[in-house]
Amino acid sequence: MQDLGISILFRGINFQRLLLGLWVTLRIALITIGISVALGLLFGLAMMSRSRTARGVCRLWLETVRIMPQLVLLYLVYFGFARLFGWDLEGELSAIIVFSFWGTAEMGDLFRGALTSIPRHQRESAAALGLTRSQINRYILLPQTARRLLPQTINLSTRIIKTTALVKMINVTEVLKVGQQIIGQFYREPSAAFWVYGTVFLLYFLVCWPISLAASRLERKWENA
Amino acid sequence: MCFTFSEKKSNIDSIFAEKGNFGGREDERMDWAFIAGHVPDYVGGAWVTLRFGLYGVGCSLVLGLICCLLRYFRIPVLRSIAHAYIELARNTPLLVQLFFLYAGLPRMGIRLSAEACAVIGLTFLGGAYMSEAFRSGLESVDKTQREAGECLGLTRGQNIRYVLLPQALATAAPALFANVIFLIKETSMFSVLAMMDLMNVADTLRTSGGRTIEVLFMLIVAYLALLLPVSLAATFTERRLRYAGFGNQHSV
Repeated sequence: MQDLGISILFRGINFQRLLLGLWVTLRIALITIGISVALGLLFGLAMMSRSRTARGVCRLWLETVRIMPQLVLLYLVYFGFARLFGWDLEGELSAIIVFSFWGTAEMGDLFRGALTSIPRHQRESAAALGLTRSQINRYILLPQTARRLLPQTINLSTRIIKTTALVKMINVTEVLKVGQQIIGQFYREPSAAFWVYGTVFLLYFLVCWPISLAASRLERKWENA
Repeated sequence: MCFTFSEKKSNIDSIFAEKGNFGGREDERMDWAFIAGHVPDYVGGAWVTLRFGLYGVGCSLVLGLICCLLRYFRIPVLRSIAHAYIELARNTPLLVQLFFLYAGLPRMGIRLSAEACAVIGLTFLGGAYMSEAFRSGLESVDKTQREAGECLGLTRGQNIRYVLLPQALATAAPALFANVIFLIKETSMFSVLAMMDLMNVADTLRTSGGRTIEVLFMLIVAYLALLLPVSLAATFTERRLRYAGFGNQHSV
């Protein structure tokens, strides 16, 4: 009975369908990561700007995404924006907007944290050695910030990938939804659900685990550098 | 408060038909009577969210502490199991874990109630995050502290309780608080278990009544009411604990 269940995965193009479903989430995640990293660096600079307003806005933005579940924000954009502004956004686009909104703030906070964690004597010693401002930024601050920031950015990426599983809730046909379709198709096989959901579980793990490993390895490697 | 649609009214009905909103055209004003009438629903939902969120947080703290100590004291075999579990739980989404627990396992003869799935799922995810938070706390405690405790003849339990944990907790507090907020937020996925948490209350009202804006507005207010106090408490505690560092602080 059990081997019947697992055979469903390899019947026809079921496995390819699951992988295609996974690609839908990964595509959303990749676009989101790109936007979040780019805007997050600006966000981080804004968090450290001298303007009180800029800092306040960033603080509010960060607290909002920290407190509101991403699912609520997704609903707000997907269902709410249609009602409020008459914008009929597609599921994928809503997801990218919401996750980028969240990722930008998180990335900005990481950037701020990395930059402020550099001891002040680094900047002061560099200035004492007669380096110009841009030289200090380029040779002293940037390399050290990058080393602290990169592992954390990779971790944020896995969080974004995991969060994209939520798009199932706004009717995007991603890997879970495809899994449900396959299970519905093979409803005669009692153990189909076990194998299909188990596979989805493993697929996510196989995507995120190597990335996490890379992050922790980098972190250890650069710890004392 | 008044929300207007500008000029896009013509295609609005088709949008709602597609997004599963069967209530027809809504009134353009915020319907405060609707909001007042459905407050009890949301209070019920908030209760479910909070209750199961706290069960999950409590179990996660226990599981996380156990896993962390297994790794810290390098208990053979168990420490590898703990490590494998942490990697597995941290690298998969809760939604997928819940689907597996709720829809996958019954097919293999393991039948769990929705509530059990909710707590197990949240604990599975949260235990790994809590363990990592505890670990960062323990790592920040200087090794000499542990050795000094051993030299004084403290048993392992005493060492953990009186020497290591108090110092570790002070450093781990921000991460632990962040995890608490994270886990309560993650309860929004319990709606796939057909549990009437905040998210599901809102979703049910939205599809049946069609008052999308009011429903979402109340949902946001409800989550704010639940999580803002936790967030403020976290900030407060963090500020209090910032000077709790002990022994060898790396001076800059």
